[in-house]
Amino acid sequence: MNIETCIKYLKEYNGEPVTFMEVCGSHTEAILKSGIKSLISDKIHLVSGPGCPVCVSPSGYVDRLVSLSFDKNTAIVTFGDMMRVPGSSSSLSVAKGEGADVRMVYSPMDVIKLAESEPDTTFVFAAVGFETTIPVYTLLLDYVIEHDIKNVKLLTALKIMPPAIDYLCANNAKVDGFIAPGHVSVISGSDYYLDLSDKYKMPFAVCGFKPEELAVGIYGLLKMYENKDKGNLVRNFYPSVVTNDGNVVAKEKIDKYFKPGTARWRGIGDIDGSGLYLRDEYSIYDAGSYNLDSDVKLNPACRCGEVLMGKIDSTECPLFNKVCTPSNPEGACMVSTEGSCYVKAIAK
Amino acid sequence: MIITMSHGSGGASTAALIDDIFINEFNSDNRGELEDCAIVSGADKIAITTDSFVVTPVVYPGGDIGRLSVCGTVNDLLARGATPKYITCGFILETGLDTELLKKIVHSMAETAKEAGVRIVAGDTKVVEGNGGLMINTSGVGIICHDKSISSANVKVDDAIIVSGYLGEHHATILSTRLEIANDIVSDNAPLNDMVMSLVEAGVDIHTMRDVTRGGLATVLKEIAFASKVKIEIEDKLLPVPQNVKDFGGLLGLDPLYMGNEGKMVFVVPEAEAEEALKIIRSSNYGENAAVIGKAVDADEDGTLLLRTTLGGLRQLDVLQGEGLPRIC
Repeated sequence: MNIETCIKYLKEYNGEPVTFMEVCGSHTEAILKSGIKSLISDKIHLVSGPGCPVCVSPSGYVDRLVSLSFDKNTAIVTFGDMMRVPGSSSSLSVAKGEGADVRMVYSPMDVIKLAESEPDTTFVFAAVGFETTIPVYTLLLDYVIEHDIKNVKLLTALKIMPPAIDYLCANNAKVDGFIAPGHVSVISGSDYYLDLSDKYKMPFAVCGFKPEELAVGIYGLLKMYENKDKGNLVRNFYPSVVTNDGNVVAKEKIDKYFKPGTARWRGIGDIDGSGLYLRDEYSIYDAGSYNLDSDVKLNPACRCGEVLMGKIDSTECPLFNKVCTPSNPEGACMVSTEGSCYVKAIAK
Repeated sequence: MIITMSHGSGGASTAALIDDIFINEFNSDNRGELEDCAIVSGADKIAITTDSFVVTPVVYPGGDIGRLSVCGTVNDLLARGATPKYITCGFILETGLDTELLKKIVHSMAETAKEAGVRIVAGDTKVVEGNGGLMINTSGVGIICHDKSISSANVKVDDAIIVSGYLGEHHATILSTRLEIANDIVSDNAPLNDMVMSLVEAGVDIHTMRDVTRGGLATVLKEIAFASKVKIEIEDKLLPVPQNVKDFGGLLGLDPLYMGNEGKMVFVVPEAEAEEALKIIRSSNYGENAAVIGKAVDADEDGTLLLRTTLGGLRQLDVLQGEGLPRIC
C-alpha cells in the first residue's frame, strides 16, 4: 500500500463518522506538523488524549516541586517543558525567577554530574513520564545506588498508559479507535493493548511519527474499524522499532524499582493502577511523591479534563485562546508543545 | 588578570583596562581621541539600532559574544537597506572575569567589525558583581544611500520569499553547548553586508528584508504577512535545514522553523526578479545555501502563514509562543 493510495482512501472516506484518539504527545505534535488533518475526509475526526505527561501532572505535584525548590541546599532538576506547568499559585519558571534553585536538563543522567560537583546540594529530579521515559530513571537509580550517591532523589509523577485507556473506554469517551503511542510501544511492545482491545472491541494501531507513517497508521486503523468483527484489532505499523514483546530488559528494570498505585491525572481524576511509585526498599530516593493529588483548577471554567478525555474539542472550552493562551497557559494542556490545546492554539 | 570591582571604579584601573584591551583593538589609529563622545560623518538619512547580547556561554563553536554583537547590530541595519558605518559598545563585566577571555572576545569583535566594514567609535565599561560573565550592549548607525523603501509592510501578492541559508544553526549550537550534547553544528553568526549590498547595488527591487534571529523563520514571516496583509505559503521540502540541525531538533522537540539564527536574512522580491536575486545571494559571502521557499499567494487581512507539508497538507504557523523549551520525550 503506497502513501498516495492511503491518503486517497482517507480523503474519499464517506462511511460512518469516526473518531480516532492519539494518546501520545509526540503524535499530537506530529499530526499537527504533517498537516494530515487537511488531507483526510471530515468524517475522520482525530482527537488528542491524555498523552502528554506534563499535561496530566496535577497541581499538587507542581506545588511540591516549587516548595522544594526554595528549600535550603536543594535544587530541582527538570525537563524544559515542566518549567511552565502551573501549580496552584506558581510554576518552576516563576520560582526560578524568584531565586529558587531550578536546573533544566535534557536527560535524567545529567543530574549525576551536578550531584558529584555539588555534594552539599540535594538534587531532586522532577521525574515525570510514561513508559518511554521511566526506563531512564531506572538507569539513574542503578548509577546512584552503585556509586552510593546520597544527594539525588526523585519526586515522581510516573504514569502508565493502559489503565488510562481503560478509564477512557469505561467512561464513555467518544472514541472508535486508538493511534497507540509509538514511543511507549517501543518499551511495552504491541501486545500491551491486546486485553483492552478484547475488552472493548477497540482497534489499536501502533504508529510511527513521520508524516507517511501517520498516514499508513490512520489508514490501517480505519480499515480495522471497518472490519471490526473480523481479524486482529491490534496491529503494529511501526515494526522498525516496535516488537510484540517490547524491551524486556527495560520492563524488568521498571518492575525492579517501581510498584503500581493510584495516580491523579490532572483534570481527569484518580485512576487505579495508573501510577508508578518507588518500591519501599528504594524509598530513601523518594522526595515525597505520595498524596500529591490536589488538583486545583486555576480557573473554574477550565475544561482540560474533558479535552483530555476526547469529550470536547479544545475550542469548546470557554477559556481557549481567550484567557488561556500558549503565552499564558491556565490549563496544563496549553503548556507543552505536545499539549492538545497548545497544538490547536498554534494551528488555529 | 581577573576582573574586580576596582576595574569599574572609573579611576586608574578602569583606564588601564580600557587602554590595554579596548583601545588596542578598536581605536589603534586614533589613540589620542578619548573624548566623551565620538564625532563622525553623516548623511541625509541615517539608520539607528540598538541591541543587547547576554548569551551564555560567551564562547561557542563558530563564534563568541563579541562576533555576535557586531553581526546582530550590522544585520539589523542591513535589513532596512542601510550601509552599516558605526557601532558603539557598552560592556557589562562581571567580577571574576578573566581578562584573557575578555581580550579574546574584544579581538573577535574588532575582527568582525573589520569584516563588516564598520568602525567601533565609542564604548563604555561597567563592572558588576557576578561570576565571571559579560554582557554587551551596542548601538549601530548606518547610512541610507538609495531611495528604496524596504519594510515588512511592503510585500505584494506573488512576491517570492527567499531565505539566505541554513536554519537553526545558532540556536542548536548554543543549546548543544549548554546541554553538553556533542555534535558538529556550528553557529552561523555572520555579517551579511556582502549579500545585502550586492543585491542593492544590482538594483534588485527588494520589498522586504528581515534579519531572522530569535523566534526563527516562522515568527519573522508571520510578522511580515501580518504587516503586509498578505497570505504567505512556504513549502517544507524547500526549507534549507541541515541534517544535523534536523536531528538535533528531533531529539529535543525543537522545530527549525522556530529556532534562532544569527546570520540569516529573509528577502521578499518580485517573482520576476527571484531567480536573479537568488543567484546574487548564492554567490555572495554566507549565501551559498539560499533558497526560494515560497511566495505571497493572496491578499489577507489576517496575515496567514501556511506551510505546505511533505505529505501535501497545510499547516498554519504562528509566531513563537513561550520560550521554545526542550520537551520531555
